Amino acid sequence: MHTSLVERFGGFGTRFMSLLRYVGGAVLLFVETVLWCFVPPFRWRHVLHQMMQIGVASLPIVFLTSIFTGIVLALQSAYQLQQISARLYIANLVALSMTRELGPVLTALVVAGRCGASITAEIGTMKVTEQIDALQTLATNPVRYLVVPRFLATLIMLPLLTVYADVIGMFGGYMVGVWKLGIGHGVYINMTESSLMLKDVTTGLIKSVAFSVIISIIGCYQGFVTGGGAEGVGRATTVSVVTSFILIISADCLFTALFYFAF
Amino acid sequence: MIEIINLTKSFSGRKVLDNLNLTIRTGETMVIIGGSGCGKSVLLKHMMGILKPESGQVMIDNQDIARLQGERLDEIRVKFGMLFQGAALFDSLTVFENVAFTALEHGMHDEAKVHAKVREKLALVGLRGIERMKPAELSGGMRKRVGLARALFTDPETVLYDEPTTGLDPIMADVINDLIIQMHERFSVTSVAVTHDMTSAYKIADRIAMLYEGKIIEVGTPDEIKKTSNPVVAQFIRGEAEGPITRTSRLRDMQDHHEEAPYERADRA
Repeated sequence: MHTSLVERFGGFGTRFMSLLRYVGGAVLLFVETVLWCFVPPFRWRHVLHQMMQIGVASLPIVFLTSIFTGIVLALQSAYQLQQISARLYIANLVALSMTRELGPVLTALVVAGRCGASITAEIGTMKVTEQIDALQTLATNPVRYLVVPRFLATLIMLPLLTVYADVIGMFGGYMVGVWKLGIGHGVYINMTESSLMLKDVTTGLIKSVAFSVIISIIGCYQGFVTGGGAEGVGRATTVSVVTSFILIISADCLFTALFYFAF
Repeated sequence: MIEIINLTKSFSGRKVLDNLNLTIRTGETMVIIGGSGCGKSVLLKHMMGILKPESGQVMIDNQDIARLQGERLDEIRVKFGMLFQGAALFDSLTVFENVAFTALEHGMHDEAKVHAKVREKLALVGLRGIERMKPAELSGGMRKRVGLARALFTDPETVLYDEPTTGLDPIMADVINDLIIQMHERFSVTSVAVTHDMTSAYKIADRIAMLYEGKIIEVGTPDEIKKTSNPVVAQFIRGEAEGPITRTSRLRDMQDHHEEAPYERADRA
């Protein structure tokens, strides 16, 4: 009985310590990355390359997710609003849901799945094939060389992708509202314009900045702690995506609550 | 001169290096032998400050590399070259970008000069005309030689070799051996090689050191090692299954070999 208790709590303690080590490591990596961002010379070529990978290459999938989300949102709200003869308000509902919530979150999830995973796989492979060690022997700081460009690229591209997702999502709603449900073109645009306030867009963008930090830092950190060959890289990639997803959803909840009570 | 004093390092609670002492003289070729996963590579990585010791010192020309950071550490590292076991070429870059990595990263912009130097270093390892190829297009032996060319790019005073001949056919292994000897004779670099290939060890070494259970248990010239009275060393150099290096400890070593170092911030400094 006595030993089993010790074992149980001992296991709990070990797991808690490794969680603390993970959080601490990720936070330290974040701080180190931010500091390196301000140290010249700047490697703009690397940042641009990552911006292509993370941002431009994500355009098609972000387009698909947002347009379908916009369509679904419009149809689902029409189903409800028709009952109280308030179909016009589809425009408001789609615009607000997209900018405040679905634009930032869905984009972040798509980018985490697409780019967070590839960041981890790339850095993890470099780790297990000793390329990270090789960087150091060549007097190059791995955080500066590998993390900073990915961090900056995500920081710049994710908010831009979010704005793009907002617009595409609203267009999806427009398609349903105007072409299918017979709301007038001008009316729909008007309703959208009048319902949207600047703060709806900015709070969404603030969220997407936080999500971008989560995606790049977790992706890179998980790459650095990879061990154990190809299997290890696979495992690290899974953990990276799952961790990013959980953190994005919880951060979203936190920010939404914060904005609700603060503004 | 590289002086390792009372170096201790553990991974997941197991001491891989245990109060290890070793001195490598300037200009000599020191070969460190030992079983798979006994900590040879870990020892090598301490010499370049990639891993930091738990206790003890690694003195490079009377400076403790474990205490150095940032630019001071990089200054020392530029005097070193390291050839990794799997060559560790950056696979997103071409051979040229790999070999010239330090120059391109640290702002040497005279392109003609960089190209000439890359050509010179590749010629040194017997390669030509492959500058535009990617590492994935090269054979194992070629990758190792490109890795060596990259390590030699900064004209280092010391070159570290991690299992230079492992995974190569006997002829290619001998080509690498000859290159290591050539570095020693032509440029009088200090070389430290880690291997379990005894043919290679006898051929290239000025002195051989045997690492066993975290300690250096014997140091001597190849002839002295061949005549050893230490039963552990004797078993290892003759490659016998039975002897004081028991099966169980070998098995344990092999399992531990797959455990990677935990993430440490200092490791990446």
